[in-house]
Amino acid sequence: MTDPVIELTEVGKSFGSNRVLRNISLTVGHGESFALIGSSGTGKSVAIKCILGLMRPDTGRISLFGRETGGRDAAMYDRIGMLFQEGALFDSMCVWHNVAFRLMRGERKLAPARAKEIAVRKLERVGLGAETADLYPSELSGGMKKRVGLARAIATDPELIFFDEPTTGLDPIRATMINDLIRGIVTESGATAVTITHDMGSVMKISNRAGLLHAGEIVWLGSSDTLKTESNPFIRQFVEGSSEGPISVAI
Amino acid sequence: MHRIVLSIRWVGRLTIRACAGVGRFTIFTAHAFSHVFRPPFYFRELLNAVLAIGYFSLPVVALTALFAGGALALQIYAGGSRFDAQATVPSVVAIGMVRELGPVLCGLMVAGRAASAIAAELATMKVTDQIDALTTLSTDPVKFLVTPRVVAAALVMPVLTGVGDILGIMGGYLVGVYRLGFNSAAYLQTTLQFLQRPDVTSGLAKAAVFGLIIALVGCYFGMNSGRGAKGVGRATTGAVAASSALIIASNYVLTEIFFPA
Repeated sequence: MTDPVIELTEVGKSFGSNRVLRNISLTVGHGESFALIGSSGTGKSVAIKCILGLMRPDTGRISLFGRETGGRDAAMYDRIGMLFQEGALFDSMCVWHNVAFRLMRGERKLAPARAKEIAVRKLERVGLGAETADLYPSELSGGMKKRVGLARAIATDPELIFFDEPTTGLDPIRATMINDLIRGIVTESGATAVTITHDMGSVMKISNRAGLLHAGEIVWLGSSDTLKTESNPFIRQFVEGSSEGPISVAI
Repeated sequence: MHRIVLSIRWVGRLTIRACAGVGRFTIFTAHAFSHVFRPPFYFRELLNAVLAIGYFSLPVVALTALFAGGALALQIYAGGSRFDAQATVPSVVAIGMVRELGPVLCGLMVAGRAASAIAAELATMKVTDQIDALTTLSTDPVKFLVTPRVVAAALVMPVLTGVGDILGIMGGYLVGVYRLGFNSAAYLQTTLQFLQRPDVTSGLAKAAVFGLIIALVGCYFGMNSGRGAKGVGRATTGAVAASSALIIASNYVLTEIFFPA
């Protein structure tokens, strides 16, 4: 494996008596596209929030870019892009302001005209025309919000991009479009990518390595190409979407 | 015996929870204040907050003060007539408005309007991951969302109260002159004669403190809201109830400080 960008060593997190993460260890290398898969409520989002410093783990160590993270670090965030599940666009700002948010602040602090130019270019990259730049998030459909969120995540050409459930809530056609976009962006930028999802279509299309999280533990790690032929009972059940197997899910 | 142990445990748990809440609010307040003089400054956010808290609260504050001043004049006249002191109406209305009613009514009105709006807005942002998004965009959410609102509230509340004071006195004047038969010139002269600078400045200082309370409580409840629509609702009602109670309590403390017996 190439230089690790993300390193988790025995990370644990509990909420009261509920142990959400149980000493998980994981490494994601430079340029790799990793997918963390698992059923709803297995701790995928908590794991990502711990990696991003939005949540403090109870035990273990997390390193990003070879440096141990100790919480919220603005310099570290400058190297990261994040696509949130619902887009998490700022309602009070128009689309291009959302995309250019980081461009107009901090050390970059670009002039509004230049920032808008870059924002429009990023919007075009995700398949949205310049006419959407002045719209507000409330005027966009779910798929458009995701794409604006994606444009915001890649606005500063980050080295590491997180995608939180990128296709959840989208119809199959739009889900395929988002998956194609993500794959294209990750490939052309050479960025390291981490995707949390339970959509196997996304896993196969976007990632080259995956890990299955179940009951707070990583029960399988391997190549995404072998997912369909894998004999591991957890991964078999997950890929087949069967109710029979070691993963018991309450409805 | 078992009941005594349970009672002590309940009191203990309640005390710990209260202390933890006060501690969290204190840290939150210190965090917000620590950014007041440290760049970068978000002037656009500050201007938006000035408009939202100040400008849009003006109608409700103006109406409340106008009618409160009028009612105050009627009450003082009715009460004063019991011991032949009807002539005190102009001076008591003026002093009552600028020292007490102006800042407190303005504070409660803005708490009802702005604290709820701030809490609802920030709680919705939290529920939809917008606050986490700010963090991942290298921006401190407290600096970006809380500090501008706190500064704006502390700046606009004295202005709103000043407007409320003037309109309250005007309400008293209208009732005094057109309803109770006072001479217009004499009413105004008495008002100005008895009103002293500390009466006005203490009221405006109270208003600034109430502004801080409204913004801090609104932001605190919003940023610490629970998940879902229920969480947003709880944050909103909690912010109004807590800021109103704190305004009333701090008004007593400030009155003791400004006008010790």
